Amino acid sequence: MSMLNDVTTRPAGPIVIDIENITKHYVMGEETVHALCGVTLQIRRNEYLAIMGPSGSGKSTLMNMLGCLDTPSSGRYQFNGKNVSEMDDDELAAIRNREIGFVFQTFNLLPRSTSLRNVELPLIYGGIDPETREERAAQALRDVGLGDRLLHKPNELSGGQRQRVAIARALVNNPSIVLADEPTGNLDSKTGQEIMTLLENLYQQGHTIILVTHEPDIAHHARRTVFLRDGLVESDEMSSASRIKELAS
Amino acid sequence: MKRFLYEISESWKIAAAQMRANKTRSALTALGVIIGIVAVTLMGTAIAGIQSGFDKSMSVLGEDVLYVEQWPWARVDDWWNYRDRKKIKTEYAESINRMIAATPHSNLIVAVPTSSLIKGVKYADNEVNNIFILGTTSDFIVTSTVDCKEGRFFNEVESKGGANVCVIGYDVADALFPSGRALEKMVLINGRSFKVIGVNNRQGTFLGLFSWDALVVMPLPAFNKYFSAKAESDVRVKVQDKTKLAEASSELTGLMRRVRGLAPEKKDDFTINQQQAFKSTLDPVKNSIAVAGLFITGLSLFVGAIGIMNITFVSVKERTKEIGTRKALGARRRTILLQFLIESTALCLLGGLIGLTVAYLMCFGIGAALPSFPINFSLGLVLTSMLVSILTGLISGLAPAWSASRLDPVTALRYE
Repeated sequence: MSMLNDVTTRPAGPIVIDIENITKHYVMGEETVHALCGVTLQIRRNEYLAIMGPSGSGKSTLMNMLGCLDTPSSGRYQFNGKNVSEMDDDELAAIRNREIGFVFQTFNLLPRSTSLRNVELPLIYGGIDPETREERAAQALRDVGLGDRLLHKPNELSGGQRQRVAIARALVNNPSIVLADEPTGNLDSKTGQEIMTLLENLYQQGHTIILVTHEPDIAHHARRTVFLRDGLVESDEMSSASRIKELAS
Repeated sequence: MKRFLYEISESWKIAAAQMRANKTRSALTALGVIIGIVAVTLMGTAIAGIQSGFDKSMSVLGEDVLYVEQWPWARVDDWWNYRDRKKIKTEYAESINRMIAATPHSNLIVAVPTSSLIKGVKYADNEVNNIFILGTTSDFIVTSTVDCKEGRFFNEVESKGGANVCVIGYDVADALFPSGRALEKMVLINGRSFKVIGVNNRQGTFLGLFSWDALVVMPLPAFNKYFSAKAESDVRVKVQDKTKLAEASSELTGLMRRVRGLAPEKKDDFTINQQQAFKSTLDPVKNSIAVAGLFITGLSLFVGAIGIMNITFVSVKERTKEIGTRKALGARRRTILLQFLIESTALCLLGGLIGLTVAYLMCFGIGAALPSFPINFSLGLVLTSMLVSILTGLISGLAPAWSASRLDPVTALRYE
């Protein structure tokens, strides 16, 4: 991994995400499913965190909470000091637009729009004027190494390139956190490795990254791993120094 | 506000992209609206045409002309009360004119006698039947708008002397003189020859109402010499001020009673008719044509709107994941609502524009094929159909767009 110029754990900043004893249950037919049964978690600026767990452990639900796509049934969620658990749909949309950059397993690009237009989308919803929009979107694409693919549509790009467009889109609003849900799940291992390198670089540049995955290999790139089981945090550990050295070698 | 404008312009771009991406589907859906708009527009044109044709026919009668006749124009149930009335004689006009001249500040200007019957008109081998032959004086041009394409109306000398001259309508001229000028030619009416001294401009006919086009006018003495036996006569009186028709009518009634020498206790044995009578009998007919026509054509637009609603629902379903993605990236409910409303509206507007073009071409075609049908394709109609298209789009898109805007982002993102 010689591409990584500085494989160190960066000092964490102030608390960005502060959740306390949150629960989430769904009613499915006559049964009530308890997806989260009281999770407490703090995430600081400039952390690189992986959320792991088998299917049914509640990690997707937790990710939806962290991404402000959903609100908890009970408990407290503060994002940058703002109480998310009491926000309505449009306030949540505003938080997602400004504070969270999503990277999806299936990329979720608009198929008929160019890379540039895809990356511009969050800026449109943020009310940024057209010139600034195009400038910032182009810059974001250059930052992920796609400066020569601005006007390509998703079907003219490889899987890795598509995920880079998605990452550029996640970063273009300069969010507080980047939330990556199985970002390598639809990619071959070599391309997956490239994407993980890109995320590592973003971390080194000062971004806060939350990775949701069930693959230990992927989770090992993070500096901290939260393991969920049956809707509860089973373990929450910093990666060991030896592990980081291993990454660097 | 700025953000709202960006969202709107973004939505238009998406709508355009969607239509390009689903050409067949968009075309088929728009077809429903096209048919609806064509139907509504043509119906609107027809109704406006009926109105203007009617008004045009009515203008021949003249708004400010009273007609002294045996029968009222409005339908009567007690026809036997009118049957035995004395006929109106053309000589009454002279008596009335004398009385008008003797009355200071009369509401009436001049009385014009007319006598008419239906006859055929011939020139060489050409012949037209069922032509309205009218005998009158040169004052006739005061009561009716006469507009000669060629030549002129007969003058007072010809009128008084009963010269064998005539002014013919456009259709008569067209049938008798398909190529070449009609002026100075001699036409035969009932075996008598008359010199054509004027040809009228085309007026157009409507519902077989009075028209100049199938009319031959000649001086009254000439008419009386040859055709008086079966002719129907009336006296037309031009009034000073059309806002004082009622006063004029009662003044004329008084004059007519003097002419007829009626004792005060006797009922009138004549009728004073005016254009208003026709309007009041024909207006309800016209209005029910309009209501029924617009209702039926409105149904076809309604079917088109259902098509739009259906396709917008399909579009929302197909793009559930896209909606989820947009919401994750910060699209608010309003943004999504707007996006799908604009999509359905764009489709309707496209259909409306095409429909309007088709309707315009059809009107053009009908106008060329049936020149007598009054076509009235107005700017107001264009604006109305555009407005109707936009409203159709908004209304039919509302339910699907609303359901899209309410989608839960988590569910939408997971949708495959």
